[in-house]
This record gives sequence, C-alpha cells and structure tokens, in this order.
Amino acid sequence: MIGIPKKYLLWFAHEHVDFRIAEIESICEMYDIKVTTILRPDEYPYWIIESDSEDAVKKIASRSISLRSCIELWGDGGSHEDLHRSLKEYPQGNMRLHLNNEKSFKVIVETFCKHFSQDEKIKKIESFSYLPIEGPVNLRNPDTALMYIEYYGLDPNTIPDKPYHLFFGRLVADGQRQLIRKLSLKTRNFIGNTSMDPQLSLIMANQAQVKNGDLILDPFVGSGSLLVAASQFGGYTLGTDIDYLMLHARTRPSRISQKTRGKDESIASNMKQYGTSSYYIDVLVTDFSLPVWRSDMRVDAIITDPPYGIREATERVGTIKRQPVIDQHQVASHIPSKIDYGLPQMFVDLLSFAANHLCINGRLVCWFPLFREHYADEQLPSHPCLQLIANSEQILSTYTSRRLLTYKKIRDPQDDDPIDDSNVLDFRVRYFGHGDETRKERRMKRAEQRAKNKENWEKNIKSKTAR
Amino acid sequence: MKLLTHNMLTSKCLKGVTVGYPLAIVAKDIKVSEVDFNSEFIARIIPKLDWATLWKAAESIGHVGELPQTLVEDFEENEDFLKKVHHILLEVEVINGDLLCPESGRKFPINDGIPNMLLNEDEV
Repeated sequence: MIGIPKKYLLWFAHEHVDFRIAEIESICEMYDIKVTTILRPDEYPYWIIESDSEDAVKKIASRSISLRSCIELWGDGGSHEDLHRSLKEYPQGNMRLHLNNEKSFKVIVETFCKHFSQDEKIKKIESFSYLPIEGPVNLRNPDTALMYIEYYGLDPNTIPDKPYHLFFGRLVADGQRQLIRKLSLKTRNFIGNTSMDPQLSLIMANQAQVKNGDLILDPFVGSGSLLVAASQFGGYTLGTDIDYLMLHARTRPSRISQKTRGKDESIASNMKQYGTSSYYIDVLVTDFSLPVWRSDMRVDAIITDPPYGIREATERVGTIKRQPVIDQHQVASHIPSKIDYGLPQMFVDLLSFAANHLCINGRLVCWFPLFREHYADEQLPSHPCLQLIANSEQILSTYTSRRLLTYKKIRDPQDDDPIDDSNVLDFRVRYFGHGDETRKERRMKRAEQRAKNKENWEKNIKSKTAR
Repeated sequence: MKLLTHNMLTSKCLKGVTVGYPLAIVAKDIKVSEVDFNSEFIARIIPKLDWATLWKAAESIGHVGELPQTLVEDFEENEDFLKKVHHILLEVEVINGDLLCPESGRKFPINDGIPNMLLNEDEV
C-alpha cells in the first residue's frame, strides 16, 4: 500500500541506547525498507521518521526489540500550545478514518521520567475533547488506540515542571518487548553462568538479520541462549563448544536454589520449552581451533559470544608436556587436557572462519571485550573479507565494556589476502594486570579525580549564580 | 546427531587427514521424531548437501526409505520429495553410536545425540 508519506514516531525503551540505531538500520536493510529520518536525537527515546507505507513501519515493529511502540504522528510540539496547534492542523480526513462512529477507541497516556496519577491522566485526556471522536470507548480491545506522550527529559534528578516535548498520535504497532519476558532466564529450563540476557540475544539475532529458513551457527554455544533467540525468528540453529560437560548439562547448576542439574536439562529442552524444537539441528563438542566442517559448508549467519577468559576460559585442546602419552586402556574414557587459546588468536580464527563459512552478505555478530580508557577502533579484530557495519557498546564496569560487533562478508577469501595484523589485545592479561597498581597509587588517583570533580562542580555553581 | 549435521561434518581435525569425509556411522540408538516441515528451508539446504553422502548415510543406518539415489530435478516444486528429504535430514537422529574417520578409522563417540569431535592432547 503506497500512499502519501506520513510521519511516524518510534518510541523506544530507554535501555541499551547504543544498540538502537544499529538494530533499526539492520531491520530496515533486511526488509529493504526505506524511511526518511526527520528527527533522530542520539540519546532521547524517540525518533520521527517519514514513510509512505504503514506496512513498512509495521514490519520494523514486528522485529525490533528496542522499540516499544510505533505511532502515526498526528501532532507534536515543545509545549502544550504547540501540540494542540499542530494537532488542529492535522488533516481531519485521516483522523476520521480511525475515529468514526463505528470505531471504538481508547487513549493511552504515557509520561517519560515523571509520574502522574490516574486522575491527572484523565484530565490530560480531556484536554483533547476537540478531536472528532464519535465511537464508543473500549479499554480492552479498541479499534483505534490513541497515544499521548509527554517527555520530561532523561535526568530524574531535575524533572522540569513542563515537558520538553509532547506527542499525540495513533498507535500503529508495538515492538517485540514481550519476547524479553517470554525468553526470561528466570524461567528457562537450562542456563549456564554466562547465559546471554534475552534482550541482547534477540538484538543479536536482529543484527544477524535472521530470517525464516536461515542456517545459523554459534561456535561458542555454551548454554545455547543465542540459538534460542535466533530460532524465534525462524533460524535453524547449530552450535559447537569445547565444554563437554556444558553441552551435556552436567556442570554445576547455575541457580543457587538448585543442588544438582535436572535430568532433562539441555539446549534441546530449552528449544522445546519455547516451542522451537523444529529449529534445533544439533550441538557438537568440538575444539574451535581445529577444522571440523566441510570446507564448502556455508551458513547464513554466525552469532556468538566467545569466552573472554574471565568467567569462561579461552581454551583449546593441548598440553605443555613435550611428549604426552595416553595408555591404551585409558583412551576411551580420557578427557583431553586443555591449554590457553588466547583471546587475540581466538578472534583471528573466528574472523577467518567467518570469512570462509559465511554466505556472501552473511553476517558475523559477536561480542568483543575491552578496556574503555584504551579503546581505539584499530584494536577491533578485522579481516579483508569482512566489513564492520555496526559497533555498539555495553558498559560492564568502570574500566571494562564489551562491544557488539556486526560484520558483513563482502567477498570470498583469496590466497593472497594479507595476514591479519590487527592489534587485538588480550583482555585477560589486561584484566588481571589491571590490579597491579598499589593501593596507594589507586588512592592517589581517586583523590585526584575527586579534586577535579569538585573544581568542576564549583565552576558550575559559579557560572549558574552569575546568570 | 541428525543426518544434516553428518553431511557437513569431517575429521579434518586429525593430523595427516586432509579430506576426512564422509564419516561412517555406527548407530546404536536411533530416534525418529516429528519436526515441523518448512519447505523453504529444505529447498534452500538441498543445494548445500552432498547428495551421495546423504543417501549412503541414510542407507547405512537403515532409514533410506524411498529416498532416490540421485537428486531429482526441479525439487523446489516437488513437495513430496522435499518431505522425504525433510524426514531424513531432520527427523531421524542418531542418539548413541560412533562416527568413524574414513582415512584413519579414529572413532568419535555420539552420546545423548551429541557427537564428541574432541581429540586427545597427543593427537593435536
């Protein structure tokens, strides 16, 4: 359905702000949707876009996890007067399509960063009494849901009396936030110590543009949380991991209330719990440093969260013994010894694996841990066949963060490709080397920071009083 | 382990093994379960398969059924055929058994449906 371009408001959840743009861009590319961005503040939880097709906007909402709702914008403004003025200028014909006497309706009032009682909200609704509403009220299941939003900024310590921005429009579709609850780790049958949070797993599946019938691989599968998310969107999932006990769910339970692992715990049982058993292919115990797949095997996307060497070890099979011998009678039950893989080598291998086994335009989506103060783009792993298309940061602590990297395969590898010389640093060495400064040094550093903060604060106060 | 996985799996990880394909299957327990049919996925996966390997693997575990020995043409439209492929790729599963390297005879055990492709430290 192509019509006159209309304005839509994308109303986001204020969580994982750095992932928003990448997610929406990824979804738009996947469905080949072209929208014009009219207003896209970096931090605020709303965008205004223009599109000539409501279906396109609905498609975005059908996949987006960051998006709360999508609203056909009828009016907006920086003050109540502006809002009402712009609302009165909106073509009545379009309003009447949704507000005639056959359409039941309700009005949702949402206020960001300020709380109002139900009575106050009703008063707000009454200020729109001039709208040409003819149909009956239906709070449960209305034909038309109207939405009124007041935005009071991001700082809960200085909430203004009047909102910074006001919006009014018709609710078109909700985002997929309900999936976060559906896939909650609290109710999942099998979890591990480092199971990925459902919201981020789903965002990863969107970054990877998982579509119905895609083949998805996670080479560091662990408890399979990324496969669960990918299967929600119709991806057929394969996983490998070096940890035999994890794949057989025989590690120590991750829940404090649980003394032993249940008999039925497994990645397959998680898929069953969410009704996506049909999308589960297999998991295998393999060592990622060695090849196991046919060289012409191609997958549509690789989604993975490799171990960082802190909570989960970066390991491969090996030994420091010069000539290891395993007695014949022990071979059958022998558990191979492991040595450190090293994060830099693991990422070199991961990118080259992706370059070999992704389809053209297939995506590699992976997390990369780093120290925030030393961050530079050159430290990110790189490969001549892979183009970095998104890079979103999740802060983990004062010093550390991890970045969700999305690469697209642009061509097949060739023999004369330059060898990767990117400057990937070993996170583990840094992480544990970090505590090497003495307590005195740390105290001095903190005192310095406090003095600086105080100075800034005084300066601020002065400039404010001067005004 | 499903036969789809088997079709892509090699024992190239072993020293001195360059192809390591196809792996022989010694199946002790086989489970057949029902999996939702998705014609789009099957049609997309067939070109990625080594058909001869799939057929032989299906035969070796006694589930070849009516699967033709050579890939039929225009399979995208042939729902009957796609369903047969779907069955052998996704519904038949080796729960316990072994995979054997065709070159060295090295055994890779399958327990609870999960193949263990790890080598011992003296093999890497």
